[in-house]
Amino acid sequence: MTELQAAPRGKPLNLPRLETRARYRDALTAIVAFVVLASLPLFFDSKALLDFVIRCSAFGLFATSLNLLVGYTGMISFGHGMFFGLGAYSFGLIMQKTGVPIPVAFIATLVLSAVAAAVIGAICVRLKEIYFAFVTLAFQMLIHSTILSWVSLTGGDQGLRGGIPRPVFLGIDLGNQVHLYVASCALLVIGLLLMRQIAQSPFGYTLRMIRDNAARASFVGIDVWRAKLTIFVLAALFASTGGVIMSLFVSGAYPEFAYWTISGEGIFINMLGGVTTFLGPMLGTVLFLILNDTVTRFTEYHGIVLGIVILFFAIGLRKGLMDFAIEWYAARRGRGEQA
Amino acid sequence: MSAQPIIEVRDLDVYYGTSQILFGIGLSVRRGETMALLGRNGAGKSTTMKAIMGLAPPRRGTVMLRGEAITGLAPHRIARAGLGFVPEDRQIFPEHTVEDNLVIGHKKGPDGQDEWSIDRIYEIFPLLDPLRHRIAGRLSGGEQQMLAIARTLMGNPALLLLDEPSEGLAPIIVQRIGELLRQLRSIGATVLIAEQNMHFCMGLASHATVIDKGQTVYTGTIDELKSNDDVRNRYLAL
Repeated sequence: MTELQAAPRGKPLNLPRLETRARYRDALTAIVAFVVLASLPLFFDSKALLDFVIRCSAFGLFATSLNLLVGYTGMISFGHGMFFGLGAYSFGLIMQKTGVPIPVAFIATLVLSAVAAAVIGAICVRLKEIYFAFVTLAFQMLIHSTILSWVSLTGGDQGLRGGIPRPVFLGIDLGNQVHLYVASCALLVIGLLLMRQIAQSPFGYTLRMIRDNAARASFVGIDVWRAKLTIFVLAALFASTGGVIMSLFVSGAYPEFAYWTISGEGIFINMLGGVTTFLGPMLGTVLFLILNDTVTRFTEYHGIVLGIVILFFAIGLRKGLMDFAIEWYAARRGRGEQA
Repeated sequence: MSAQPIIEVRDLDVYYGTSQILFGIGLSVRRGETMALLGRNGAGKSTTMKAIMGLAPPRRGTVMLRGEAITGLAPHRIARAGLGFVPEDRQIFPEHTVEDNLVIGHKKGPDGQDEWSIDRIYEIFPLLDPLRHRIAGRLSGGEQQMLAIARTLMGNPALLLLDEPSEGLAPIIVQRIGELLRQLRSIGATVLIAEQNMHFCMGLASHATVIDKGQTVYTGTIDELKSNDDVRNRYLAL
């Protein structure tokens, strides 16, 4: 929080209350979404569907957290995938080396990611636009090459092998696919709800103010650097959670999780889904994974197909699918009211 | 009047890249004064304002705010130290309502002052009252200028910096803004106005600093400037 947001404490300043009703609505939506997702295994006996949703959870958290930077704050990070990789490796290593309960390893992973993001962010967020993008990319490559060359710890290009132990905790057995599925859905829904709260908070509006005009935000009295660093660290936490889900899913961690292509896929997903709505990246994730799975089944040149798709979105629609749908709906409603 | 100036600028040099814009600018404003910073187009008025605000960091010289050096600080620190900046292009939040703009601008002053409430703003700016729920981007230029000043006052500044408040506005609106600034002066606000329009400042400012080609060429009261034909003809006549 900046002092600006804290200021109105002294004197009642008829602040427009951030609608509590909207918050209840978000929480309710989250609960309904979780119940629907969690009950899918009761109706569908398809392992592939569950696997698909687990992957959606991992990438959805990652892509939505990237949108907090790209869409809400205007910080185009090309290195956000490093936190996805860091989450997967930290969690996998802690579980393999220490054998602590899963929640402990999860929290330790978040702490590690926060520290890494604070250090990397402190260097990067001073930079603007393309310089910020390149330096985040450079840190991503640094982490990737550290993973490759530190063979004794990370297994190098073989990745973390031998499986990640998943001891039962409070009756939850993440080795069981259905348990892992429900846990992933829970992490996804809680993560999205938290990110939604951040986006709709006064701090979230401060981020939009910085995106629109950082100089104006600064002479109104906002510490732009601190706000950018805060959201950089917060976004890293959610990306890292995505990595944890991924490492549980594949029971390992591979250097590709920390490669720059993961960051590229994050940007790709955001372009597919659109960055002007909160759920755009989530829709983008579903589209991306469907595309990826179907295209790779038919051709080994899936890069060409994905490239054409992104060209269609970038040059044809000039926005993501969610943006397009919402504008179309608004235009239709507008016409309806006029008629 | 207290002895220590609210703001004191000494020997300010500012460069844009390699070209030097300000050559040792100096000025000072005391509590309750309204200082006009006059000069022709391109003399360096806006750059001086930006340098004081930290938006164009000076390469040499000092800016003292109430006896403390603020030179080279980040703009948000300077804002929180008590400088309220109304930029030339106003920079209101166009997609938000008038009242939201005021709420965004609210912060306590450097000594914890909280003198400006939204209601008090509407008292001083009665024209904004009926517009409170209007989207700021749809206001007229004069209304936006008033809103920009009002938003800055909501931050309880020790000194108000106004960059060309009369620019691009119809004469009748300029007159309104002038009345408003006289009213601010009468309630004891300390103001530094950069202006090209000398006549606008005449009935309004108590003191004047004239700059030309990035240098201070005159400092004194506005009444002395009125009778100093030499300075007026040399540096201010078109």
